[in-house]
Amino acid sequence: MDFLNALVVLANFVLIPAVSYGSQLALGALGVTLVYGILRFSNFAHGDTMAFGAMVTILFTWAFQAFGLSIAPLPTALLALPFGIAVTAGMMLLTDRWVYQFYRRHKAKPIILVMVSLGVMFILNGVVRVIIGPGEQRFNDGARFIISAGDFKKMTGLSEGLAFRSSQGLTIVVTLISVAVLFWFLNRTRTGKSMRAYSDNEDLALLSGINPEKVVRVTWIIAAILATTAGVLYGLDKAFKPFTYFQLLLPVFAAAIVGGLGNPLGAIAGGYIIAFSEVTLTYAWKKVATYMLPDSLAPDGLAQLLSTDYKYAVSFTILVIVLIFKPYGLFRGKAV
Amino acid sequence: MSDPFLIGDRMSGGYGQGPNILHGCTLAVEKGQIAVIVGPNGAGKSTAMKAVFGMMDVREGAVRLDGEDITALSPQDRVAKGMAFVPQTNNIFTSMTVEENLEMGAFLREDDISGTMGQVYDLFPILKDKRRQAAGELSGGQRQQVAVGRALMTQPTVLMLDEPTAGVSPIVMDELFDRIIEVARTGISILMVEQNARQALEIADKGYVLVQGRNAHTGSGRELLENPEVRRTFLGGT
Repeated sequence: MDFLNALVVLANFVLIPAVSYGSQLALGALGVTLVYGILRFSNFAHGDTMAFGAMVTILFTWAFQAFGLSIAPLPTALLALPFGIAVTAGMMLLTDRWVYQFYRRHKAKPIILVMVSLGVMFILNGVVRVIIGPGEQRFNDGARFIISAGDFKKMTGLSEGLAFRSSQGLTIVVTLISVAVLFWFLNRTRTGKSMRAYSDNEDLALLSGINPEKVVRVTWIIAAILATTAGVLYGLDKAFKPFTYFQLLLPVFAAAIVGGLGNPLGAIAGGYIIAFSEVTLTYAWKKVATYMLPDSLAPDGLAQLLSTDYKYAVSFTILVIVLIFKPYGLFRGKAV
Repeated sequence: MSDPFLIGDRMSGGYGQGPNILHGCTLAVEKGQIAVIVGPNGAGKSTAMKAVFGMMDVREGAVRLDGEDITALSPQDRVAKGMAFVPQTNNIFTSMTVEENLEMGAFLREDDISGTMGQVYDLFPILKDKRRQAAGELSGGQRQQVAVGRALMTQPTVLMLDEPTAGVSPIVMDELFDRIIEVARTGISILMVEQNARQALEIADKGYVLVQGRNAHTGSGRELLENPEVRRTFLGGT
């Protein structure tokens, strides 16, 4: 019984939260890694693109709620998501037309493009705050739990409860679908293959007649889809706040770099590695230890390695370690 | 006198704002024949080929394909006109499978490419066995076969090869030359730059010896091999 209880506690506080947080990071990191592979620069505006996409989706959600539109038990935000994606994709394509295209034509160095994306980041940062405000927004409706802690206890008779929130379930399902569709697209369709070819060898892609501007446009649209989806899922799971999304840039980049920049598979693995490291290192293990160890060995303190305030330090440390020992990332992407 | 099928006629030019590298250099190839460009290091062999393909500004002279002046066209437009180019390095998509490499070669084509792919596999049977493998995992000779195969996928009328045998063993080199002759027999004109001058001239219908961006000697492959001056100054034999 103690062992089962320990497992339940672990699943409730570590496994499920880390998997859903990892999925959100993976979606974010996929966007970063794709832009890096195709456009060859680190897009610092990605965190704020997630914020922008989530914001547009929230506005649509509120509008739908005002009209009384609902797809309960699923959150209304899911209905608003395609609209959020469309607006965000439009915004990205306009940004490319007005900003990035100029630098591409002049064959600007990657570092210049990174600085350009920093500028785009600040603008988006401001735009989001002007439109929706800097405060926290909650927009989750529909059923709150798939399994609540109380139901779980009644069902199993265990003394520990396992809560599985619908936002977590939704995150996992949506991530699985998005990743499957993305890989199908990259590996099976002509456009997807041309994107991989362009990322692999730009000159040869041009010699083969691949249109670089089309590849770039498709990349921005996919980045918009991934960023908006990640942003909305994170907002449903926790809450929407522009500053939090700006901070997400660090774990998202850490995930992309740990997996190997430019490698989609690596971005996914990186997302879960970062999420699990953050959650396990900042989790108070006292309860699990109490169940698992004999009474004499039970810890007095919380058995927490790091305070949750330091969770960003975890991604940063992993990032530094990977850059020192494996600069191409675990899945061999491009050098940073 | 009618023009050869492809001719770079008295081309002069260089890269960007730089000085001229080519000085009135002429290269030509007839339909279904093999023309080989040889010459010492820094003679402008690859540059001359890039000039024909539009990767460098031709300031004087002209490039004509089948009688049409294509001097102003971009490399991409020349691909659409039926020219195919295999660069010396980075000439395959290393992270993609052999089959995907061939598909990308045929990117501009809207019709069914399976026939052409079958022809490439007939020409290079080893590629068929390895078609699901990432091209970057293949040996040097096999990579060159992928590179040539990719270029053939557009069903070109002219195939341009920049040192196709660079870095492969002598046995593989002989085999590659055999394949190139086979390609030429199907009616595709071949223009190639080669370091292995003697072997290349042996299979050449036409040879061009370039020295410092100028035509030093021109003739059939046999004539050049028998030309005492070419032998003494360049082939290094007696």
